[in-house]
Amino acid sequence: MLSFFKDLLEYPFLVNAVLAAVLAAVAAGLTGSLVVVRRSTYLAGAVSHSVLAGLGLARLLQRRFGVQWLTPMGGAALVAVAVALLLARLTARGRHRSDTVLSAVWTGGMALGVSFVAATPGYQDDLMSYLFGSILLVSGSDLLWMAALNAVIIAAMLLCYNRFLAIAFDEGLARLRGVNTALYETVYHLLAALTVVLLVRVTGIVLAVALLTLPAAAAGLLARRLDHMMVLAAAIGIAVGVGGLAVSYTPGLPPGATIVELALAVYLLAALVGRRFARG
Amino acid sequence: MLQTSPAVEVRDVCFAYGDQEVLHNVSFSIARRELVAIVGPNGGGKTTLLRLLLGELQPRFGSVRVFGELPAVSKRRVGYVPQAIPFDPRFPVSVREVVLMGRVAKARLGIFGKADHTAAEEALAKVGMSGFAGRAFAEISGGERQRVMIAQALAGGSEMLFFDEPVANVDSKHASQLYNLFKELTSEGVTVLMVSHNLGVVTVHATQILCVNRTAGLHAIGDLASQTFTEAFGGSLTAIRHDSDCHVLDPSSAMHAPHHGQERGAR
Repeated sequence: MLSFFKDLLEYPFLVNAVLAAVLAAVAAGLTGSLVVVRRSTYLAGAVSHSVLAGLGLARLLQRRFGVQWLTPMGGAALVAVAVALLLARLTARGRHRSDTVLSAVWTGGMALGVSFVAATPGYQDDLMSYLFGSILLVSGSDLLWMAALNAVIIAAMLLCYNRFLAIAFDEGLARLRGVNTALYETVYHLLAALTVVLLVRVTGIVLAVALLTLPAAAAGLLARRLDHMMVLAAAIGIAVGVGGLAVSYTPGLPPGATIVELALAVYLLAALVGRRFARG
Repeated sequence: MLQTSPAVEVRDVCFAYGDQEVLHNVSFSIARRELVAIVGPNGGGKTTLLRLLLGELQPRFGSVRVFGELPAVSKRRVGYVPQAIPFDPRFPVSVREVVLMGRVAKARLGIFGKADHTAAEEALAKVGMSGFAGRAFAEISGGERQRVMIAQALAGGSEMLFFDEPVANVDSKHASQLYNLFKELTSEGVTVLMVSHNLGVVTVHATQILCVNRTAGLHAIGDLASQTFTEAFGGSLTAIRHDSDCHVLDPSSAMHAPHHGQERGAR
């Protein structure tokens, strides 16, 4: 673990990885807290798995048809936004059973993604990196892109926080008080989607949900206000992100999985410590 | 002119879910500052009536006015306090934040200003919860939560409050405190409508009783008589003498009367 911090001064790729972990943790802390208190972690699961279709399509277009303008992350973002808008519309006011719609999007997106990957010529190393992340390969342009997404998420959260809180507390009352709940539901779905795309770069599709929910869930056991929960979740996310990189470095463990395992440990610890806060 | 219009004016209202008519030729008018108890059997249309007043449902015939306005317009002057808040005991929110939610649509750029915080403080003071602003909503008792929800409605500028079974989940001490609060609120100009099954309590505290059983009739509390209306509610309960045009005892004949009101959209 010490060698990690020593090498951090020498290798820029490690600095990039640390910065990526921090950026991912901030977005995950903010959006993840909202996702957790709204009990919609399956929304995050559905979006993250469906982006495989976007990743796979972009790769296919690049390798087989020479389309260069659509990067895999761009494809992922496009699919995530489309899925978010679709889900916001389909599940509004219980129009459709939300768990059914989420399962359809989840599995359908993955199936399409696998098909695209299979149709793509060449070595299939990308699939594993999509599924389990490649934080050590984050580039400078990736970081800029992640920072921009983070800025959007922070700004939206500042402006929408009170309305998000009211809707999460009681959607019916919020509507009665004159909140345009349909609009804020759409914004919420878009934020969740963008956050997931950001996380996919760090931990991959499978573990993105963990990074979104575990630090927030741990924070939720300790915090008594949603804004405190968001800040605490971001701090926990940064700690397990950087800690996971450091722990996994010397033995050569997969960093994404190590980060998630640390987050799980923190969640379990919080459950033990935070029990005295719980009621009923 | 708006000042003189009654809090609620319902005229010849009929409402049906599909083919099933729930309310038929309902007419009544509630003055401001009244504490009205809405009573009637399950399925009699009490909740439907509340939803009509909130603008969540539209009458098929007749008209509904709240403070002289259409419910869709007036709904920001009306606060609804549900029977049970669908509340997650782990939801991280403070009492102050819950009260501020009453003003959430008014906040500029979605951020609360000084006026919002002042209104929240005043509302909390009105319901006797001033010292609770910083507490976690999850940590206070059911009766206290109810007061906070009332403060939320007041902070939002509600001039009329609707309650669905306000004392269903609180003990008798809290219940009597709550009724005292209702009286204070009505003396300050707020109109209170509450759905209740507890007729014994209702007749002590309410100024008027609205009997809803497909049709509806409004009675001053002085109209109490010695008859029972076992048929309407089952069991022996407090009695109210009904006027000749009230059909709570036997809604069946009244239900077949022609619609008095104009059909929506017929104009």
